[in-house]
Amino acid sequence: MAEPLLDVANLTVSFPRDDGTWFDAVKDISLSLGTERVALVGESGSGKTMTARAIMGLVPNPGRVAADRLALDGTDLLALSPRGWARLRGARVGLVLQDPRFALNPLITVGRQVEEPLLLHAHLSHHERRERVLAMLEAVGLPDPRTVHGLYPGELSGGMGQRVMIAATLIAGPQLLIADEPTSALDEALRRQILELLTRLVADQHMGLLLISHDLQQVADFTDRTLVMYRGAIVDAQASAALARSPHPYTHTLWTCRPSAATFGTRLPTLDRAAIEAAT
Amino acid sequence: MTAIEIAAAPGSRLLHLSRRSPAALVGATILAIILLAAALAPLIAPYDPIAQDVAGRLAPPSTAHWLGTDGFGRDIVSRLIYGTRPTLLIISLVALIMAPLGTAIGIVSGYYGGWVDRVLMRLTDVVMSFPRLILAFAFVAVLGPGLLNAALALALTSWPAYARQARVETQTMRRSDYLAGAEMLGIRGPRLLFGHVLPMVLPLVVVRVALDLAGMVLIAAGLGFLGLGVRPPTAEWGTMVADGTSVIFDDWWVAASPGVCILIASLSFNLLADGLRDLLDPRRG
Amino acid sequence: MTTAVAVESLAVSYARGDGHVAAVRGATFAVSAGETFGLFGPSGCGKSTILRVLAGIQLQWSGRVSVFGNEYSPRRRLGGQVRRDVQMVFQDPYASLHPRHTIRRALEEPLRVDGFIDARARAAQALAEVGLPPDIAGRTPNALSGGQRQRVAIARALLFRPRLLLLDEPTSALDMSVQAEILNLLNDLKAAHGMTFILVSHDRDVIAHMCDRAAAMRAGEIVTVMDRAALAAER
Repeated sequence: MAEPLLDVANLTVSFPRDDGTWFDAVKDISLSLGTERVALVGESGSGKTMTARAIMGLVPNPGRVAADRLALDGTDLLALSPRGWARLRGARVGLVLQDPRFALNPLITVGRQVEEPLLLHAHLSHHERRERVLAMLEAVGLPDPRTVHGLYPGELSGGMGQRVMIAATLIAGPQLLIADEPTSALDEALRRQILELLTRLVADQHMGLLLISHDLQQVADFTDRTLVMYRGAIVDAQASAALARSPHPYTHTLWTCRPSAATFGTRLPTLDRAAIEAAT
Repeated sequence: MTAIEIAAAPGSRLLHLSRRSPAALVGATILAIILLAAALAPLIAPYDPIAQDVAGRLAPPSTAHWLGTDGFGRDIVSRLIYGTRPTLLIISLVALIMAPLGTAIGIVSGYYGGWVDRVLMRLTDVVMSFPRLILAFAFVAVLGPGLLNAALALALTSWPAYARQARVETQTMRRSDYLAGAEMLGIRGPRLLFGHVLPMVLPLVVVRVALDLAGMVLIAAGLGFLGLGVRPPTAEWGTMVADGTSVIFDDWWVAASPGVCILIASLSFNLLADGLRDLLDPRRG
Repeated sequence: MTTAVAVESLAVSYARGDGHVAAVRGATFAVSAGETFGLFGPSGCGKSTILRVLAGIQLQWSGRVSVFGNEYSPRRRLGGQVRRDVQMVFQDPYASLHPRHTIRRALEEPLRVDGFIDARARAAQALAEVGLPPDIAGRTPNALSGGQRQRVAIARALLFRPRLLLLDEPTSALDMSVQAEILNLLNDLKAAHGMTFILVSHDRDVIAHMCDRAAAMRAGEIVTVMDRAALAAER
């Protein structure tokens, strides 16, 4: 049995409270991922973002990470030094964030920022790097890559900025891509486009994808499996195509609580927290 | 609460302050000592600060006089302890006048805008262009030396900075939803300005006051040094430094002791201001 | 069917740099009493600006605006009964309540200012109406979740029993499950108090669920007004 790309066993992320006790943002979760697309869905406080941060080694102080196993393609992430992390991030695991306005440096050109992972992780000539950057900009669907290459992030629209961020993340060829709410800051019309782009690129480059979102119905179309988190724990795991039929009360509510023209005049289903606690 | 919120919540503020800003705790402690000295001066000063003993003048530090005596044989330690009073009095008066005055003008200017803003800001510009120390001299020259006149001069030329700061803060929050909501619910005028705008402007005002006081200690001492502060024989640090300059090469402690006190007092306000800024940052709720 | 709101040729523009930016160009629509009317479109289309004109927050505008028969005047704040009749729930629950005031103060102060002697009782009742426990009153907004803050904002907006409630993206900052609760609450309160709603959103689904009619906007103009059939047919 091949080593899974991402192997997480009993991961707990805790933060100290003022009274000395510890609060578990992520409680003892386990998941594994191969070259497949997995969604991690939850609402505020579910711990999904902290899980992503733990995998990237980016849990802020004074948080503590503990796990029986946390490994990326065999590399033990719990034992990594800061230098080890620096070599890993960008080269073997990439992170796409929600808002390109905050993730891209406004004072550096697009070309330079997309090029940076190559400078850090690959040994290429200036010319080769430029070619790769242009190829990547084209692959993410940006019209006229040569012009975009010289632009500053402030000159890009939201959708373009997100494509640039994806380009920068994928250019060094990581094995695993973590996308944390990559479309939340975008207009409705762009969301599907960006998700289609992401899933296509991930398939082309044989990568694993961990897609983090609060929107259950959106991720169902773009992933193979879905893990549902609630208050730090994974409460449901389903094939994405079967989400609509999941018997778990939380998943069911999340799936059906969405407003639409069909629900006009009716009460939307809401969370029955007692039932969820009981089922967990 | 999400994990991120917990990690950032202030919680028990003093506990956090001491953990995150030991400098601020030091500043606050020193200030507390100075305040105590001023309050309990009659009880803790070993000698009467104005009692002279010309025979024992300029005595070096000894067990009888821990920091020696000055040119008139007065115990320096006692004079330092009593010297906290004029210093604190001056800077309190200044703070009590300049901060409320400047803040009020700034809030009104920032909230109403238009011609109110223009008039008040021009007034601020005019006052701002007066050099503080020179004006203090002028006041004192006209009204006579004294603690009150010096404080007044300083306060009346220091409020513009507060006005500008309060104005900018008010303009920033002018468009906020909570102010709009309050207005829609019928909360207008002074109630809005002082109940809703002021609490958001106040934290930075407090920090600025602490920082300004550090400088005020120095200016007050400077005025005393130039003979424009309190009248002798009242103990005041600036005057003590002046008295000590004539014998500074032989009996250096006479000028150095009050000088160090001025330094420490000023430093304590600096440290406190640092810590207060972290503590009161409105962005952290 | 009485007309609650009549807007004719409403135009709003801001000075920007050395020119003018038109946020709203010539918007015309009417809202019937008891209706939920939607304004939707992408960000920057002017929908929130129209709402702010109706709220009396945006004072520079031209055209005709009339609410329950009262004509608005540009550059004049709302006063008297109209001010009480029109209230607003803002988008960001983290920014619409004063960060330093307790919930009790947020609810009692407007009542006291308006002369109500039983402010405390009314405030407690307002909290109950939105499904919040009474012990919430002593907390400040930073101790509440997004959904709780939005409930407080709704309770506050209802203090004077407004006839027109303006909702500026009331759930876009909330989780899906919390959004469902808030939308249910809004509909319950509308039925209980016989209010008229104007709802702004960029989310087609929220508009389709809540609104009887909705105006689609783009670049400051109303492109079309859709009725229930049109809203149900889309997508």
